[in-house]
Amino acid sequence: MVFEKDLNLDATELRLGLPGSSEESIRISNKRALPDMNDDSGVAAAKKCDQETAPPTKAQVVGWPPIRSYRKNSLQTKKTEAETGGMYVKVSMDGAPYLRKIDLKVYKGYPELFKAMEDMFKFKVGKYSEREGYNGSEFVPTYEDKDGDWMLVGDVPWEMFINACKRLRIVRGSEARGLGCVV
Amino acid sequence: MPRRLASSLSDEVLEHVFSFIQSDKDRNVVSAVCKSWYEIERWCRRKIFVGNCYAVSPKMVIRRFPQVRSIELKGKPHFADFNLVPDGWGGYVLPWITEMAGAYPWLDEIRLKRMVVTDESLELIAKSFKDFKVLVLASCEGFSTDGLAAIAASCKNLRELDLRESEVDDSSVHWLSHFPETYTSTVSLNISCLGSGEVSFSALERLVSRCPNLRSLKLNRAVPLDKTANILRLAPQLVEFSTCTYSAELRSDVFSNLAGAFSNCKELRSLSGFWDVVPDYLPAIYSVCSRLTSLNLSYATIQSPDLIKLVSHCPSLQRLLVLDYIEDSGLEALASNCKDLQELRVFPSDPFDAEPNASLTEQGLVAVSLGCPKLQSVLYFCRRMSNAALVTIAQNRPNLTRFRLCIIEPNTADYLTGEPFDVGFGAIVEHCKDLIRLSLSGLLTDCVFEYIGKYAKKLEMLSVAFAGDSDLGLHHVLSGCESLRKLEIRDCPFGDKALLTNAAKLETMRSLWMSSCSVSFEACKLLSQKMPRLNVEVIDERGPPDSRPENYTVDKLYIYRSVAGPRFDMPPFVWTKDEDLALRLSP
Repeated sequence: MVFEKDLNLDATELRLGLPGSSEESIRISNKRALPDMNDDSGVAAAKKCDQETAPPTKAQVVGWPPIRSYRKNSLQTKKTEAETGGMYVKVSMDGAPYLRKIDLKVYKGYPELFKAMEDMFKFKVGKYSEREGYNGSEFVPTYEDKDGDWMLVGDVPWEMFINACKRLRIVRGSEARGLGCVV
Repeated sequence: MPRRLASSLSDEVLEHVFSFIQSDKDRNVVSAVCKSWYEIERWCRRKIFVGNCYAVSPKMVIRRFPQVRSIELKGKPHFADFNLVPDGWGGYVLPWITEMAGAYPWLDEIRLKRMVVTDESLELIAKSFKDFKVLVLASCEGFSTDGLAAIAASCKNLRELDLRESEVDDSSVHWLSHFPETYTSTVSLNISCLGSGEVSFSALERLVSRCPNLRSLKLNRAVPLDKTANILRLAPQLVEFSTCTYSAELRSDVFSNLAGAFSNCKELRSLSGFWDVVPDYLPAIYSVCSRLTSLNLSYATIQSPDLIKLVSHCPSLQRLLVLDYIEDSGLEALASNCKDLQELRVFPSDPFDAEPNASLTEQGLVAVSLGCPKLQSVLYFCRRMSNAALVTIAQNRPNLTRFRLCIIEPNTADYLTGEPFDVGFGAIVEHCKDLIRLSLSGLLTDCVFEYIGKYAKKLEMLSVAFAGDSDLGLHHVLSGCESLRKLEIRDCPFGDKALLTNAAKLETMRSLWMSSCSVSFEACKLLSQKMPRLNVEVIDERGPPDSRPENYTVDKLYIYRSVAGPRFDMPPFVWTKDEDLALRLSP
């Protein structure tokens, strides 16, 4: 049997209403979810509406992504094992479609940290001078400190840095101008 | 020649011929030829597969097939794996064991998947079947090490005990020690799901050393490295092995002991486990890598460079399970090294983080599809995809039979064009004519379902989430997919119309699952009335669906065909059209 695109479902449908009466069918237009679904999907629906403004925290949808409990439990225990005792921060680079997490405690100082970042993201950190910031490189390492400000990496002593650093971001050199740094 | 003699001779001949027919499908066809073939066949059928334990009752099975030796049963629907089926829904094996205990004293194989298995059931198995050989409990729950002890103590000829991914309660019984010292028949032992307290190393070592036929051994996480080496030395004939915890720092004595143990294992073809593995120890397995056909690294948090090194030692690999740490570069290495690859599964290391933490994109999958001509089965979690990539994959690999793609964020569009993935998945179903399993994800409109209905004629199982625009989508699938057996849908705007229009189709399928869709309780009742051989279960923990407004949509719906009628063990949150409270499971 071949079905046309404009399927005449009304004529063949089974309904509880009397013949001739028509019920308000639930409007489904561009949205992918219905407003009267239960909470789990409601969260997902709200997220879809807000796709322009990225939601600050991602609420978990039950059973999504489809990963078996067995595997989830395995990953969870690993995460908690890994994250206690380390100072994990996220590292991202402009233009790269992925993030990394590194443990700042593992590195003894800036040179080691830079080497690790260079290896991870395949770039070169330029030469740092107090006056000019980083020279000779397209990319500049920056970090977000406890106050939420973005600073140039290397501006403060190492110990102070690892305690203040919340996350790392490797930005394009052009965007690094005017970043807060110790003069 | 008297007719009677002729017919009895031909019965024996037929039975002999039938003994060469193993597949269920063929056996079913044979039994439908004529009454006498039906009779002969039913007396000599030895293996039964019941894909849904509620589709038929144990009594009915026993009545038709009186001499069964091997049974396989499946319980909960697949989405139970993702916590979508509430606890207590059902899938109890005890009624089956109780009936079979009396009817099949020679039953020697029981394989269960997603069922609730109690210690009482295990004790009954241990007591009732004299020559019991094979027990496989896949993704089961409800039992403890007490039940395992009963099996170990009584089943003298047990060959296979496989508890893959089951949940086992620790009752602190050293169940392994219950295998008597005279017991030597283990061929396969999979206890990878057990916790650390549940296995005694000395009992394990004694067991392994006295079982010369041991071919497959999958230990649990807590067995340390030095014990691993000991066990391998006791069983160099192993074909499949699951490794255990790797210790934190590299110790050269432990390393060389382990490497030596592995190098003795000339038959080893499959490795798994690798929990907490430290990359420095990986070279210990290099001696077996060239012969490995199956590698499961999906619990190993090793990074791409180490994964690439490992994979480049394994040219015979047919099956690889791995985390997204392998990255596109690792998959490119896989594509150039492993030309025999048939199955690839890539799991997410950090599924709940909004941002990706590994450089794994659609490029990796494209590379494998190009480089591995035998690739048939794919399960791939990623965060971005394009229609162009999907079309390329479809064109490169028309021999795909299983394609499951999970783009982690629901409703993600093609990252290059912003379009839905209708065209991409359309290409998959159009080119891959033998596709039997498909899972969709990403932004999708009704169009993709039109393609699926049109092209996916061999598709048996379809999984859909956060997709489609209207009932038309569901209608395309139900009316077009001729081979469809299992359909599972969540969070899609599919409702009453498509379901009721295609009511008859549902009886040709094993089951339909719909959750967070737009089906009303009225439609469920109507469907149930129209189709007496369907069990229509509304799973709703919020209270009686009857007490809600008429256009209220049900939370979860599970529809399956059954010749056994409504089941007797429904919990309070499962609603059917029957008002009969006697059918409810009493608390």
